[in-house]
Amino acid sequence: MIDRRALLKQSSAVMAALGTAAVFDPLRAFADTVTLPFGNGERPMVKYPQKRLMIGMTSRPPQLETPFSVFNDGVITPNDAFFVRYHLAGIPLEIDPDTFRVEVKGKVDKPLKLSLAELKAMPSVEIVAVNQCSGNSRGFFEPRVAGGQLGNGAMGNARWKGVTLKAVLDRAGVQKDARQVTFGGLDGPIVDKTPDFVKALDIDQARNGEVMLAYSMNGHDLPFLNGFPLRLVVPGYYGTYWVKHLNEITVIDSVFDGFWMKGAYRIPDNDCNCTEPGTPPKTTIPIGRLTVRSFITSLADGAKVAAGQPITLKGIAFDGGTGIKEVAVSTDDGKSWTPAKLGQDLGKYSFREWQLPVTLAAGPHELQVRATSNGGQTQPMKPLWNPAGYLRNVVETTRVTAA
Amino acid sequence: MKSSKFLALAGLAGLTVALSVAVNAKPVTYVLPDETAAFKPGPNLETVQGNCGACHSADYIATQPQGPAFKKAFWEAEVTKMIKVYGAPIDEADVPKIVDYLVQTY
Repeated sequence: MIDRRALLKQSSAVMAALGTAAVFDPLRAFADTVTLPFGNGERPMVKYPQKRLMIGMTSRPPQLETPFSVFNDGVITPNDAFFVRYHLAGIPLEIDPDTFRVEVKGKVDKPLKLSLAELKAMPSVEIVAVNQCSGNSRGFFEPRVAGGQLGNGAMGNARWKGVTLKAVLDRAGVQKDARQVTFGGLDGPIVDKTPDFVKALDIDQARNGEVMLAYSMNGHDLPFLNGFPLRLVVPGYYGTYWVKHLNEITVIDSVFDGFWMKGAYRIPDNDCNCTEPGTPPKTTIPIGRLTVRSFITSLADGAKVAAGQPITLKGIAFDGGTGIKEVAVSTDDGKSWTPAKLGQDLGKYSFREWQLPVTLAAGPHELQVRATSNGGQTQPMKPLWNPAGYLRNVVETTRVTAA
Repeated sequence: MKSSKFLALAGLAGLTVALSVAVNAKPVTYVLPDETAAFKPGPNLETVQGNCGACHSADYIATQPQGPAFKKAFWEAEVTKMIKVYGAPIDEADVPKIVDYLVQTY
């Protein structure tokens, strides 16, 4: 867990540099540092417009991680705490929502350029869905792998509102030979030779009525860094497909072979989507659905709790779209598991809250939580490994001391 | 796809710390905070700043795993990836200089 053993401390150098007044300046870029619980895990806490203090991983392009304590506040992740992930440094810094258009083209009968007003005039849909970065928790991989060294905060759950991609495609009239749909946003590379960030979905998935062009997040416009004014929402799928600043939808009659599908975001093509740690896969496929995960959010690693009296453990669970069937907790190194009570069901793509009262005898304890999906998937007791550091979903362990 | 109106460098935000998104004015603008991550001092620093820093901030490097398994082979693979996969226009002669810096500094 990010904040479990996280050590918040004042960054004295920054404070000294900025002077006393900076302490009262809510707009200061750097306030504190946090140390994620893996090697070389120190990160600045950073303040960006429209965001609260976030864990700063990179600044150009910006990548911000949600402080883990946010996930204990409720199953909806506030917009100002939602993680940010860009790939390429050419990010838009000025967007006119009146002149913004999303283009629908390629293998369609009637190419479109839709304004936000036109989209908002279409029937709207809402869905609560988790957006999780493929590489969430990569910093915990052993052996370590290259890439964004994230704790567990590159995920979030929001109520998305927009129009279905199906409705937009129907309006354009998809031609019979369509095989995939590609998605591009306003962000792009600095160097012409860098592959632009473009993702693709199969035509059937694109028309499943759930994939959405979202213009609203938790009842507000999308925060700028979360894809204002329009982003793709692909419920159940990793965030890599949730293209931000979406302005280009292209129907194609082939399987898209761009770098971000064919060269990146790929997982081992086998039952566990894993390899022997430290070894490459024989063949790979594009990453797809979220693996099932669960977390304790009410206690940080290293927490002290009262011995011999009931305490209520609380947390979240989610999967790639079948919904959560059961969450069970073990306080005895996995020997026995007790089902937790599940909270309100906001839909099969949402975080699901769980609670369980436990009474701990005096001494150290390892608390473990394991979710099982309606699809029958459950979390492994030992981490699965792949060279890109994707799909992490090992049973999490929280160490506490009762006294 | 790139917008015709985009600013590549966060650094261009300069000292403008008026970090607010214009709500009433159109178009909507976003001002990124100043980029504070810097490349640590080391050999061939300017070569590194000019090449690596053109496309991404120094924290992309500084946050990578460290230790004996993340030395020459690791950084050679990363620099090669930047050239071959991401099309970074890095002179062949600069590659060993950049790798040296990365191995010695991180």
